[in-house]
Amino acid sequence: MSLAPLIAFDKVWKTYGHGEAEVRALAGIDLAIDEGEFVAIMGPSGSGKSTAMNIVGCLDTPTSGHYGFMGTDAGRLDRNRRAVLRNLYIGFVFQGYNLLPRTTAAENVELPLIYRGVAAHERRTLAMKALAEVGLEGREHHTPAELSGGQQQRVAIARAIVTRPTLLVADEPTGNLDTARSHEIMQLLTSLNQDAGLTIVMVTHEADIAAYAGRTIAFRDGHIASDTKKLEAA
Amino acid sequence: MIWETVRLALRSVRRNALRSFLTLLGIVIGVAAVIAMLTIGSGTTEKVKADISQLGSNLLIVRAGRPAAPGSGPQQTIRQLGEKEVAALTAHLEGVRAVSPASQKQVRVVFGTESLTSSITGTDNAYLDARDWKLASGRPFSESEVRGGINVCLIGETVRQQFFGSGDPDGAAVRIGRVSCKVVGLLEAKGYSGFGQDQDNVVLMPLSAFQRRIAGSRDIETIYVAADDATPTQVVQTRIEDIMRDTRRVTADREDDFSVRDMTQIADAMASATATMTGMLGAVAGVSLLVGGIGIMNIMLVSVTERTREIGIRLAIGAHEKHILIQFLVEATVLSLLGGLIGIAIGLALAGAASLALSIPFAPSLAVVLLAVGFSALIGMVFGFFPALRGARLDPIEALRHE
Ligand SMILES: Nc1ncnc2c1ncn2[C@@H]1O[C@H](COP(=O)(O)OP(=O)(O)OP(=O)(O)O)[C@@H](O)[C@H]1O
Ligand SMILES: [Mg+2]
Repeated sequence: MSLAPLIAFDKVWKTYGHGEAEVRALAGIDLAIDEGEFVAIMGPSGSGKSTAMNIVGCLDTPTSGHYGFMGTDAGRLDRNRRAVLRNLYIGFVFQGYNLLPRTTAAENVELPLIYRGVAAHERRTLAMKALAEVGLEGREHHTPAELSGGQQQRVAIARAIVTRPTLLVADEPTGNLDTARSHEIMQLLTSLNQDAGLTIVMVTHEADIAAYAGRTIAFRDGHIASDTKKLEAA
Repeated sequence: MIWETVRLALRSVRRNALRSFLTLLGIVIGVAAVIAMLTIGSGTTEKVKADISQLGSNLLIVRAGRPAAPGSGPQQTIRQLGEKEVAALTAHLEGVRAVSPASQKQVRVVFGTESLTSSITGTDNAYLDARDWKLASGRPFSESEVRGGINVCLIGETVRQQFFGSGDPDGAAVRIGRVSCKVVGLLEAKGYSGFGQDQDNVVLMPLSAFQRRIAGSRDIETIYVAADDATPTQVVQTRIEDIMRDTRRVTADREDDFSVRDMTQIADAMASATATMTGMLGAVAGVSLLVGGIGIMNIMLVSVTERTREIGIRLAIGAHEKHILIQFLVEATVLSLLGGLIGIAIGLALAGAASLALSIPFAPSLAVVLLAVGFSALIGMVFGFFPALRGARLDPIEALRHE
């Protein structure tokens, strides 16, 4: 493992609004996550999980404090530089899949490669490979409307890993799925973490989903309430 | 990358085909109007130019009544032109090829069972010279016919078509009003004038015959003067004015009671009037293009709002602001370019139809077409910029949350 952690929160605050209406979504978080970890974030609604995930994924920046990603002060980068970071190193999986409608699975998976300037034929090859990895051979030319929720989430995962990112950020990836489908998705994520060494940070409300992760961090009112590592994973 | 974006834009245009088409209507109408107007305009200009040479080059026209001045109102009494002025001009005017008196009246001409209202012109042989008009067959008037006022006539192509088809009219007797007149010659076809007038619907007869039997007066409406090639029309015009003032005893302190007009000037004036018309209609078309541009802006704003989530996804995945900007700019440009191309096709079709209907040349210009293409692309870019920028500036987190 590298010496510096992949993700380093240093007294990160995130507040919304001013004065009376001020909301402290994150109240001085300190946190370090190393490359290769599989972290589950839990906590009640409104405790700041999504806010933290947006900062981890370089979509947002702290109000104060520092957010270090891969050794850079990512919280101080402008939005276009953060876009480059996301494109090169980060994959996203959302609760609501967030695929482009009326666009085939293959085209959805190709999307991040377009912004990398990858040539068309190479894009298609890489997209097919990623779709195969998530077990969607033969569904490449289906649009989201023609796929089940579980299959759509697999397309979203393929889209997240097609660029071979360092970090996968997943905000409630199983939130819209039934139990059987949720466990299939978790098995897929676990294998990506173990076989490809992909660092995963995932938000979930369910303990049995969090159990797939090697480390569970609980949020409460913008603070970290607990941070526990599975013994066998250490 | 840019090709990718164009494909994406075409797909989005096709997906909302009806909406896209309605949006484009403004651009289509604007471009069609511009193309049609400019093409018809340049056809008309060509026609006017052709008419100048057809009227007879270096032609001057002398008429009774003072030159029309703006706001001068109708003149009370006009002292008509007569034999005296023709004689004076014929005798004293230098540097001219021909001097010819002419009077005109619309009269019904009958032959057999056919009839036609034609422009009957009383004149002499010099008229043919002055107007550069040749005979297709037959002969001009003889000296004695002109002097004696014999009922003989030269007919235009339209009159021949009406009465004789493609046959030979020579020697036939047509009835003009109540007078029978023998056809001695056929005039060469001249076609329509720039004013849309059929120049071949004419019957020429000796002036004195016309005055006595058709007009019933000895007035002369017009004296045509053709300057020779060595003398500028302005010089001839001055000489005509001198002789006319002298003959009609117009003293230096009084206004002329006649006018001398230079056909070249009239043709020029008409060409510039056409240009002004074209310009004005072009301005109207410009307004329509502006409306079209606003339509594009509106639909692009709708499109950006509708696709906020898509923009959020693209931004999260690593799209640069400029990627989003380009995507929507290209879409707006493709949209208005499409409108431009449809407009060009419709405009050219309209101009083609108009040139058939008005019998003017069809004069499409590559430069105008390219200009329209460029202009419609520019409209897309200009009016698409603000919506595109709005899309590009979206906050990815907000955009992803958008329903
Ligand atoms: N854009 C915003 N403007 C104002 N307040 C916000 C904004 N985003 C989040 N908040 C507030 O910040 C706090 C943390 O929100 P966050 O979305 O991180 O919660 P969460 O832990 O993800 O909750 P859930 O489990 O319901 O998704 C909440 O009180 C929320 O209302
Ligand atoms: Mg949340």
